[in-house]
Amino acid sequence: MELLISIMVGVMIATGTYLMLARNVLRFIFGLVLISNAANLIIFVSGRLVAESPPLIPEGADVPPELVANALPQALVLTAIVIGFGLFAFALTLVYRGYQSMGTLMSDEMRLAEPKEDGQ
Amino acid sequence: MSWLLAAPIVIPFTTAVLAFLFRNGPEGRWISIIGSAGLLIASALLMQAVLADGVIAGQMGNWPAPFGITLVADLLSAVMVVITGVTGLAVAIYALADIESRLEKLGYHALFQVLLAGVCGAFLTGDLFNLYVWFEVMLIASFGLLILGGRRQQLDGGIKYVTINLVSTILFLAGIGLLYGMTGTLNLADLHLAVQEVENKGLLTVVAVMFMVAFGVKAAVFPLFFWLPASYHTPSVAVSAIFAGLLTKVGVYALIRMFTLVFTEDVEYTHTILLWIAGFTMVTGVLGAAAMNDFRRILSFHIVSQIGYMILGLALFTPLALVGSVFYLVHHIVVKANLFLVAGVARRIAGSTELSAIGGLYKTAPVLGLLFLIPAFSLAGFPPLSGFWAKYILVKASLDLEMWLIAGVALVVGLLTIYSMTKIWGSAFWKPHPAGLEPKLSSLSNRDRAALILPIASLAILTCVIGLFPEPFVQFAERAADQLLSPTDYVQTVLGLEATQATGLAQLETGP
Repeated sequence: MELLISIMVGVMIATGTYLMLARNVLRFIFGLVLISNAANLIIFVSGRLVAESPPLIPEGADVPPELVANALPQALVLTAIVIGFGLFAFALTLVYRGYQSMGTLMSDEMRLAEPKEDGQ
Repeated sequence: MSWLLAAPIVIPFTTAVLAFLFRNGPEGRWISIIGSAGLLIASALLMQAVLADGVIAGQMGNWPAPFGITLVADLLSAVMVVITGVTGLAVAIYALADIESRLEKLGYHALFQVLLAGVCGAFLTGDLFNLYVWFEVMLIASFGLLILGGRRQQLDGGIKYVTINLVSTILFLAGIGLLYGMTGTLNLADLHLAVQEVENKGLLTVVAVMFMVAFGVKAAVFPLFFWLPASYHTPSVAVSAIFAGLLTKVGVYALIRMFTLVFTEDVEYTHTILLWIAGFTMVTGVLGAAAMNDFRRILSFHIVSQIGYMILGLALFTPLALVGSVFYLVHHIVVKANLFLVAGVARRIAGSTELSAIGGLYKTAPVLGLLFLIPAFSLAGFPPLSGFWAKYILVKASLDLEMWLIAGVALVVGLLTIYSMTKIWGSAFWKPHPAGLEPKLSSLSNRDRAALILPIASLAILTCVIGLFPEPFVQFAERAADQLLSPTDYVQTVLGLEATQATGLAQLETGP
């Protein structure tokens, strides 16, 4: 299972990087989404994937009776997904507004903030 | 004690909510000023407590570390929070005259306060994953501030800023995942102990470099700085001043924290990379500044070049060099925010920041000229201003190690900084206006003038005070550097004495 997910992380990062090399900003964003999900999977895998019972402690006891799954990576991934989702919603909206006002999605045509100066 | 630690985060958040509720009226801006003043007072109290008692740690919800969320303040964190309060208040006052009511209605003050909360949170957290969360709080607020108003130029700069910062965030997150996989903890103090037990040191170095790249993007070091000069000159002046002062410095702070507390296993390798980064950052930044012809863009490139000095102190990794880094951080935040504020006033009076289109500022506003010279000379390192001492300590630290080349680079970069500053001085202040239109002061009401000059003058005075009486500041930086180099106190305060003795830390390290 860990090997499978590790390979998947690799594939996702490779695909994401390929997309991010494009000049089209929209493709870049999609590449970012892929890589960010790969990062979530990295956290998940690094918490050791095991088929144990849920981390519940019976009433009256201080520790769980048997081996339980590690709950921390799941909490971390949940937080990371929520934050990532918010950021990408923002990034997509920003790119859309940029497209509306600049009329292009090509990053090398976006020279408003850094206009070409003479002699450059 | 823990309320002292939480106050610098809670106060700006509360202020943000109130400021958002009152965003349609004039109350919003006063709430923002009062909130920033509150933050400054809270941070001063925190600093006093840290000076008196040493490192302070608080466990939120009373879960013992390493399981709960830890807030911790050592001298470096405390001074960074204080300086956040100072710049926050200065910019909040400046915003009275600079931010139009259109932007206020869009929620400028609320975003500004959330930004301050995020910055303070990043300085105070003792947990790696929380550091990520605070970075995000800070980032999303800065995204909002950067494109507030929605001019085309801002959108363009914003797209570059947002995309590149997201890349660094993802790298940071992946690094957190890998580090957790190796050590099983995310608490910084616990990590300090846990990394010593990791068997695969090579993998640890890989993760260290991942963090270096992730924080390097935030700190805008060579070769990852291109988003900064592309975006920092596009938003309102108050916004670019707070960005210039604080945001990149959070990246530097994170680098210093991680590479003194956690990644000290392979100093030879990681800190050599940092040394190269520092040198190239200094040189490329200042060359970029020399090539630009716009007031704010020159200043943006200067940020890059100055970040190099702070990284240099970390890279040399001697007590004196770290003193230099801490001193430089504090001095730089004050000076840089101030320079951007001056650029804003220049634009208000002269109508542009393009150097070829303005002139004659000195004739109209000689006081402004003087107030520009103080931070400008300080940045370049003229004695007796604060920048001189900062550079002096760093150059001395590199000479002590017999690293002649990097000391030479640091000195030459100082010279080139003067060159680009004289360019601004010569074209904006000294030469006559090219179109014969003398800048007019009458466009500013008395109230606006007071709100613009007060923060600039106060920050300039602060620069002079640091420069003229460097002794207490240097002593403070020495204590902060001591804490960074021997983090026994930090670890013991966070984890409690028993936990650290059990692992034999007390025998491994002897504090000063």
